[in-house]
Amino acid sequence: MDKIYQDKVKSFFIGNRTSYGLVFNILLYLVLIAIGFVYLYPLLFMFVTSFKSPSDLLNPMVQWIPTELFLGNYIKALRVLDYSVTLPASIIVSIVPSVIQAIVCSLVGYGLARYRFPGKKLLFILLLATYIIPAQNTVIPQMLTYRDLGLLGSVWSLILPAIMGQGFKSAIFILIFYQTFQSLPKVLEEAARLDGASDIKIFLQIALPAAVPAFIISIIFSTVWYWNETFLTVIFLEGGIQTLPMQLSKFVQAYENLYPPGMVNIFDRLNEAVKLSGTFLNILPLLLMYFVLQKWFVESIERSGITGE
Amino acid sequence: MSAKRTDPRVMKHSTREAFYGYSFVIIWIIGFGIFTLVPLIQTFLYSLNQVTVSATGIDMVFVKWDNYTRALFTDPTFVQAVIEYIVETIVSVPIIIIFSLIIAMFLNLKFRFKGVFRTIFFLPVVITSGPVIKELTAQGATSIPAIANSAVVSNILEQLPNSLRTPVEYLLTSFVLILWFSGVQILIYLSSLQKIDQSIYEAAAIDGASAWEAFWKITLPSLSTTTLIIAIYTIITLSQFSENTIIKYIYGQTYAVQGGIGYSSAMSFIFFVVLIFLLAIVYLFLNYRAKSQF
Repeated sequence: MDKIYQDKVKSFFIGNRTSYGLVFNILLYLVLIAIGFVYLYPLLFMFVTSFKSPSDLLNPMVQWIPTELFLGNYIKALRVLDYSVTLPASIIVSIVPSVIQAIVCSLVGYGLARYRFPGKKLLFILLLATYIIPAQNTVIPQMLTYRDLGLLGSVWSLILPAIMGQGFKSAIFILIFYQTFQSLPKVLEEAARLDGASDIKIFLQIALPAAVPAFIISIIFSTVWYWNETFLTVIFLEGGIQTLPMQLSKFVQAYENLYPPGMVNIFDRLNEAVKLSGTFLNILPLLLMYFVLQKWFVESIERSGITGE
Repeated sequence: MSAKRTDPRVMKHSTREAFYGYSFVIIWIIGFGIFTLVPLIQTFLYSLNQVTVSATGIDMVFVKWDNYTRALFTDPTFVQAVIEYIVETIVSVPIIIIFSLIIAMFLNLKFRFKGVFRTIFFLPVVITSGPVIKELTAQGATSIPAIANSAVVSNILEQLPNSLRTPVEYLLTSFVLILWFSGVQILIYLSSLQKIDQSIYEAAAIDGASAWEAFWKITLPSLSTTTLIIAIYTIITLSQFSENTIIKYIYGQTYAVQGGIGYSSAMSFIFFVVLIFLLAIVYLFLNYRAKSQF
């Protein structure tokens, strides 16, 4: 009797074949919470600081909890970022090329997955090459061409490469579609072919509906990547469309245009709280998107089979 | 089947298949030519010339390899940036790989609130952009201040030889940043872990293998391809990050009076070669390990 009781206590703390036991669970949660805190620290810092009033900023006693809910930083940051203009611009610049890119990549991925043709190996090598070649090795001639065509500063400078399957990180999306189409059973397509369906019809009516998850994954990931991309957007769009990250990268300059340093009182000078509320406003749309589509983001990589076998 | 002779349906089967295959990928091939191959060659030509852009067009003066020798032998900023980049990559990549493997193995266990932690660890992928990171770093939000500024740490740092000090300092000041680059990698590892057949572990346990042995003998070998993919993905991501000092320097030189397009193109190609070199090392290293394990 005593032995059974001892075993029960032991397995409660140390665990057995079916459960990990209390000690291990506590350790697990401790480690995960600690790492989670390190992960979220910059965001928490940013969020808290953005609500600090100038007097809170100077007060060393105020660390994590501001004395009041001060919204002045956000009001300034909204003006400095020109939010009502840059937010729609950012949305267009990130969503339009992403959708086009997903459509084109699905075509290319299907061609690679379902057809045998000479030079396919070479095509894969070139595909990897487009992934590896750094943007700065190809961007200047493109920029000069766009300048000659008068497309510099317009969203077309991002759409055109996307139409040709050369958008931002296109290779990854092509591989995602390739994997997706390869894992689909061929039976349906063969049956349709026997019934006399054309290749285009088979692609549109049988393959595409089965690839909806791949579309969602591609579109949300490339939206995020286009949104966050600043190297290409600065070169292609500068002088034309202003995206949020572009405006954020010249925040100081924009702030001083609106609030000239010599002209405003000390409380309206640029401080880190205003900068961080600008940063927060910059990522807020992405955060909202992430929490709404969270399931798609985290489960997507498992679904897409990008791990490659 | 009253098709004409040109109708693909009456072609030989393999020809027909190739015809349709090409028609699906043709747009990519054209795009590759226009947006990758031609610009790449053009950039290479720029790198051999002194390029000045005027309102009317581009003037090029052929200077042979001058831009390259200038970048490598007379520009200390560039060489410094390249060395820094290599050091940062060599420090970050193993940390990211090991860290994401550990986190993935945690997330592969059974416990409650798993989804919450998965959401947290993936969050940075969504918000990491150059300007955001720049602002956060500038405000000191990316290093845990208690660690990076503590007296003990700075004392230890002073004891270290210079060659070790840079990587350690980089590690301390950008610790959170390095972790922030692990989001995708964690998920890739997680999905590979879930694909390992559980019966192998059970068989090993019956044969008396401990969890530790199972990790080294089953888990790690099964993940060797994944690790290679993750390493390559990490190197590329780090090299493309727009706050990368080299990229910033090259971009700055493009419009500088002293630099110009020719000079920045030459630096782009040197950086490209360095990148390929790093990828090759990682590939050979991990591939060799992967082969020797089986």
